Amino acid sequence: MQRRARAYLSVAAVGTVLLAGCAQGTGSQKTNAAYDRSTKLSGKVSVMGFGATDEIAKVRLAEAKKAMGSKVTVKLIPGDLDIQQFLSGVASGDAPEVVYADRGQIGSFASRGAVIPLDDCIKGEKIDTSAFRSSALDAVTFRGHVYGIPEFNVVQIIQANADLLRKAGLTLDDVNGSSWSKVSAANKKLTRTVGGKLKVIGFDSKLPEFLPLWAKANGADLISADGKTAQLDDPKVVQALTWAVGIYNAQGGFGKVKAYRDSADFFGSGNQYASGTLGAMPMEQWYVNVLNDVSPKAPMAFDTVRDQQGQPIAFASGSAWAIPKGSKNPGAACRFARVMTQTSSWVKAAQERVRLRQKDGGLFTGVLTGNVDADKKIEAMIKPSGDARWDQAIRATYTANDHTFSMPANPAGQEFETAWQDGVNRVLNGQQSPKDAMAQAQKEAQKALDDAWAEIGK
Amino acid sequence: MSRRRSAVHAGDTRAAWLFISPWVVGFLVFTLYPLIYTGYLSLTDYDVINDPRFVGLDNFRALLSDDKVILALRNTAVFAVMSVPVKIVLSFFLAVLLNRAGRATGFFRTAFFLPKMTPPVAIGILLLLMFNGQSGLVNEVLGWFGINGPAWTTDPTWVKPGLVLMSLWTVGASVIILLAALRNVPQELYDAARVDGAGWWAQTRHITVPMASGAIFFLVIVDTIAALQSFTEAYTAYFGAGNSTYANSAALFYAIYLFQQAFQFLHMGYASAMALLLFVIIMAITGIQVRLSKRFVFYAGDQS
Repeated sequence: MQRRARAYLSVAAVGTVLLAGCAQGTGSQKTNAAYDRSTKLSGKVSVMGFGATDEIAKVRLAEAKKAMGSKVTVKLIPGDLDIQQFLSGVASGDAPEVVYADRGQIGSFASRGAVIPLDDCIKGEKIDTSAFRSSALDAVTFRGHVYGIPEFNVVQIIQANADLLRKAGLTLDDVNGSSWSKVSAANKKLTRTVGGKLKVIGFDSKLPEFLPLWAKANGADLISADGKTAQLDDPKVVQALTWAVGIYNAQGGFGKVKAYRDSADFFGSGNQYASGTLGAMPMEQWYVNVLNDVSPKAPMAFDTVRDQQGQPIAFASGSAWAIPKGSKNPGAACRFARVMTQTSSWVKAAQERVRLRQKDGGLFTGVLTGNVDADKKIEAMIKPSGDARWDQAIRATYTANDHTFSMPANPAGQEFETAWQDGVNRVLNGQQSPKDAMAQAQKEAQKALDDAWAEIGK
Repeated sequence: MSRRRSAVHAGDTRAAWLFISPWVVGFLVFTLYPLIYTGYLSLTDYDVINDPRFVGLDNFRALLSDDKVILALRNTAVFAVMSVPVKIVLSFFLAVLLNRAGRATGFFRTAFFLPKMTPPVAIGILLLLMFNGQSGLVNEVLGWFGINGPAWTTDPTWVKPGLVLMSLWTVGASVIILLAALRNVPQELYDAARVDGAGWWAQTRHITVPMASGAIFFLVIVDTIAALQSFTEAYTAYFGAGNSTYANSAALFYAIYLFQQAFQFLHMGYASAMALLLFVIIMAITGIQVRLSKRFVFYAGDQS
């Protein structure tokens, strides 16, 4: 009996130790780091979520290594950032020195204390934050502190098939979004269905992902500027969704459009433009490079997306460098982030790309860096290609880059996104009306925001 | 004499424990401990990075009022109810056919099993290609018979049937198990039945099915558990690589919602409570199946 009691006690003790051990968090560990441009650095810098896969990354990485000095060894942990792996690393005291994340993730990391505010880093390394595009900086600013050094800007432009537009008697003005009734009319003219099967998608409003773009074009934001209030049931958001879904309904429903879109050779020479199976859609600027590479003769026409007043508009996203809590070499991490995003590094990287594109006979379409100064210098390096179509694409891209907006950092980034995307999907799948779907999404998103903000106070 | 016997007995026991210890250690470390820890986490608010905070039964209370939990449970139950019988019946039918295939059995056995080697993520992508409403193979074939196939991948009514049909891609493993069971049915039973004038159907019903009932029961249990934990194919096709922003709530299985809560929203405590609930549900269903099996499953060894 005694032996059994002893056994139970041992099991309980071991269990308690194990539970306590595993539940160990990071407590209130603070990072004391001397951030100074003139400090000689040493030690290791492991970079999570970043792989130097192209010349833009490789050249800047070489610059960063040079600036940190030969006593710093850099280890890259490539691949998309694995959030759980990253957070577990931070929690167990095994954080990487720098983390490379989507800007949309920074608020969530900051709210949990997984990354540190960069005020001291910015001050010590003299990082000129005014050089960053405000939409990029807003996305990494949480409760008044910058938690990430932004880089790259992804924007959308209207990409259209000029032949199809011409045959239908349409121009870019009909599909750039400046007038939704014009887009709806153009959609009907461009759409072609044979025997109940869709043969040409007239206009693809790219739902669910581009709801923020259409809402903003209609004068509404999905979330308040302080990141605390969801605004998904705003009548302007509902109106934008109703219109964008109507584009699909006029073509026989989202199911048909999606099925046809999914069957397209998106990255190949038989893409929707080259095969004449898509009239127009808003799409990120990187797709211009794909089209130029795989189907340089495609009959393309480009413009910025326009808001209801006819002004250019684009939803900006991109990446950011952040320093995790527990980073063992924050000084080096900060310098790494500075050099990766400073104008001279971007320019050097762009020069290398120009050289390589010239060697391959390809087109240099510029690089959107998230840094206004670097963008200007790189734009100046672009030479007319001699082909009006691709020059038009580059002009549209840079114009869009000057007219961006972003969503503010908030602690429930992923849940908020899931809430509005699920709402849009319920409409696309025919399960709810736009109004009901957005009302439900509003409830879910607001609850997620309230819970997440309340958590910070605990 | 008895002391010597007990010494031998103790030695045997030690050896037995030694041999079984790799499994015992594995079970303790990789099954029992995570289970206990999940139980602990289910009572906490835990976001991976900060210390778990004890919240009592809050997570379980939240579970009961979470509409998505109800939706995910319903989706999972409907999928299991549709997929398990279809899979068992088809694999039994194929096993019976294979059993009569003579020399070609070896080839077909390999051919049926090969799709099982496909990674589940690839099956998810394959689903989107084969069941594409516009140009998919399935609707193409239906078109030959004048049937205008549905939008399998977007119409909520057809999403689960599509997943059920796609789950048949890996039916090969069940076919092999059933084939082995059919090979063990003594030929004398069929000979005796034939002498008594039993036809193919009567032989199948009264000899083949009862004699293979042990294997069928095993498959019912294993397939039910797999269906209730179904994740990768549906996630890939409707929530992950196949669609980065588009999702279909008809495919929101319980394990997918659990994954979202744990690894996307970082609500580890809540996800642990969800995991425990699923564990209890699976235990209960398996318990009922085991109880019912006593009426339907025939074990030759029980007859002695």
